[in-house]
Amino acid sequence: MMKKKTLPNSSSQEPNLKGTIISVSIVGFIIVASWFAVFGLFLSR
Amino acid sequence: MAIEKLLKYEQDSRFPLTLSKSESRLYMSFISFAFIALFVGGLMGLLQVLVRSGYYTLPAGIDYYQVLTVHGVVLGLVLTTYFIIGFQYTLMGKTVGISDTQYRVAWLGFWVMTLGTVMAAITILYGKASVLYTFYAPLQAHPAFYIGLALVIIGSWIACFVNWRQLYVWKKKHPGEKSPLLAFMVVINMIMWFIATLGVAASVLLQFIPWSLGYAATIDVLLSRTLFWYFGHPLVYFWLLPAYMAWYAIIPKIIGGKIFSDSLARLSFVLFLFFSIPVGLHHQLTEPGVQTTWKFVQIILTFMVVVPSLMTAFSMFATFEISGRRKGFGGLFGWFVHLPWKDVRFLAPFVGMLAFIPGGAGGLINASYQLNSVIHNTIWVTGHFHLTVATTVILTFFGITYWLVPHLTGRKLTPSVNRLGIIQTIFWAIGMTIMSAAMHIQGLLGGPRRSSFSEYNGSEQVAEWGAYQVAQAIGGTILFIGIVLMIYIFIKLAFFSPKGNEEFPIAEEEKDAEPTPMWLEKWKLWVAITIALILFAYTIPIMDIIQHAPPGSAPFAWPIGNN
Amino acid sequence: MHLHKYEKWWLIFGVGTLITFLLILGYGAFYLGTHPQSHGITIDPQEIEAEESFKPENLGLTKVDEGQYVLNVVASAFNYDLGTDEEGKPVKHIQIPKGSTVLVQAVTPDVIHGFNIAGTNANMMVEPGFISSMEVTLNKAGEYTLLCNEYCGSGHHMMFATVEVTE
Repeated sequence: MMKKKTLPNSSSQEPNLKGTIISVSIVGFIIVASWFAVFGLFLSR
Repeated sequence: MAIEKLLKYEQDSRFPLTLSKSESRLYMSFISFAFIALFVGGLMGLLQVLVRSGYYTLPAGIDYYQVLTVHGVVLGLVLTTYFIIGFQYTLMGKTVGISDTQYRVAWLGFWVMTLGTVMAAITILYGKASVLYTFYAPLQAHPAFYIGLALVIIGSWIACFVNWRQLYVWKKKHPGEKSPLLAFMVVINMIMWFIATLGVAASVLLQFIPWSLGYAATIDVLLSRTLFWYFGHPLVYFWLLPAYMAWYAIIPKIIGGKIFSDSLARLSFVLFLFFSIPVGLHHQLTEPGVQTTWKFVQIILTFMVVVPSLMTAFSMFATFEISGRRKGFGGLFGWFVHLPWKDVRFLAPFVGMLAFIPGGAGGLINASYQLNSVIHNTIWVTGHFHLTVATTVILTFFGITYWLVPHLTGRKLTPSVNRLGIIQTIFWAIGMTIMSAAMHIQGLLGGPRRSSFSEYNGSEQVAEWGAYQVAQAIGGTILFIGIVLMIYIFIKLAFFSPKGNEEFPIAEEEKDAEPTPMWLEKWKLWVAITIALILFAYTIPIMDIIQHAPPGSAPFAWPIGNN
Repeated sequence: MHLHKYEKWWLIFGVGTLITFLLILGYGAFYLGTHPQSHGITIDPQEIEAEESFKPENLGLTKVDEGQYVLNVVASAFNYDLGTDEEGKPVKHIQIPKGSTVLVQAVTPDVIHGFNIAGTNANMMVEPGFISSMEVTLNKAGEYTLLCNEYCGSGHHMMFATVEVTE
């Protein structure tokens, strides 16, 4: 049962995730923008 | 690296297991109960938005707050808990299996929960428990309400014990192997649930029940609130994590991809276990009796729980991009265009994911210490959790329903039901966008939550809120149409769809995936860290609350009409 | 455990953002002293009049200095007690000159209430056993609604008063 397999060293190339980093950046922008919007509202009141 | 690696898990050899007929009946009982709750609670929601529009009055002297209590209890506590426990049982049944004894104990849990739910429901219907789902003391409901709640919690603990036992037995049989991803996630969620519900159980059993029965003359209000919110925040993660289970380990299969990273998925769940609980004070920021320092400490911990959600966001996009590129869709966003938009099993959870972007951003604002005073107890908060739980979580649960119910009843998801499901998702998206946006804006303008229609002092400010309340009624009505559609779909899938075998999609890892490190299975360590964080975050505040307690509060039953 | 290069970027950006938020909030709280209310001053909910500020004659708005006011409120189901006027009628409308600081102090003899001057940062829970208090400066003239924003029973939505900020 417990046969140990040799693990391939992660020599395989990293996948192309350009679209992902752009997408999460948009998410990050929305978070930062809405936070500062309410922060501004707090300061103005 | 000197980390001990586990054997590569051969998924094809062992699962998914087959669910027996009787097992399926158990799981369907939980899920059917959830859909009954959806209809009842949804109808209440419709009544609420109509009343608040100012153009409708409840018939037969029904109290708005009674309707609101039903809405919150039935949707926030009953629908979610039943669906989650049922869904999690199916995940365990598929990955690690269930024994005869475990099966019988699981039924016991179902009946204990159901007895409790029925008790609480009757009390509410008699108008003896219009205390909303948070039941803040010293408003006093009939003792049957609190006893019913205690039974629901105890019944859910039985599900915890069964799930833990299921994985334990499996691990004994498979020494040295990593536990199946979905079973790992279920057990994490149930550990979190158990530790969190200890707080509310303590409050209900030691404070509310003796006090409502008259054995204790007074109640420590602040302590009861603190114990409630010790439970109240992990409660929302108890809702969210099953959705994350589907996102991490089921959606990839539906879109024809693989799990992005088994280890990162597990790591994010471990982080949720750590940081979901010691954060409840962020619901109590505007309270007079809690020390500022400890409020701020828990704010920091609250921000930590954002990290695993950031990881999840990345994993989701990465899964989409990798599987799209593998199918040959190049360019920056070619993978996005070619996602299976016409498959409701994907579309509904995807809309849920989108809703979590503003939902999460809003959550950060709510927890941001001083900023909380801008939105605290305004209808912004209602708008917030209608994005998170009532869109992200519920649309993911609907997405699960489309394949899980036919899988359990031996039927097929037909193209026509699929099409109806897409329409349902669109209704939900539109209705919720209108309702939630109106709630967010009205909240920023100061409009309160949990309030029946009122013109207050008739000022211009209040008149300005009126338009948003009408918008909420429009959005809420569209949502109710969505609920009716969903109930129809559920009945169709459960009883009338053609017989067949609907797939239970469980995603696999890449063939050459990096093996998951052994240390992720250090259960005792995870529980120990969780408890240590809770002790750190709560010991001093709770000692302070007890030591500097004011005279306790006598019960008040008349404000809720419980005479 | 392997992290993709972009995931590292994303997590560094994300954690950096969270730290930035916390630094801003922490600066406001511990350097400028802007906390949500938290004084922990207790009171017997059945004996609120034992406290000087909440004796009937001391309720409502009192000018203590130029541009300095104290507003004492008893919140009960379902009413805000802001004292009485010369004719003995309950006050439901108070006027505060723009830009003055108001120390709001509120208590409840019964259940939990909210105290929110809608559309301002004056937002507190009022709980039996504690004196809620915070200092607010109202900078924009206009008519505001003071309302209860924590559920307190069947008349919860009928609990309000008017706060007018005058030029």
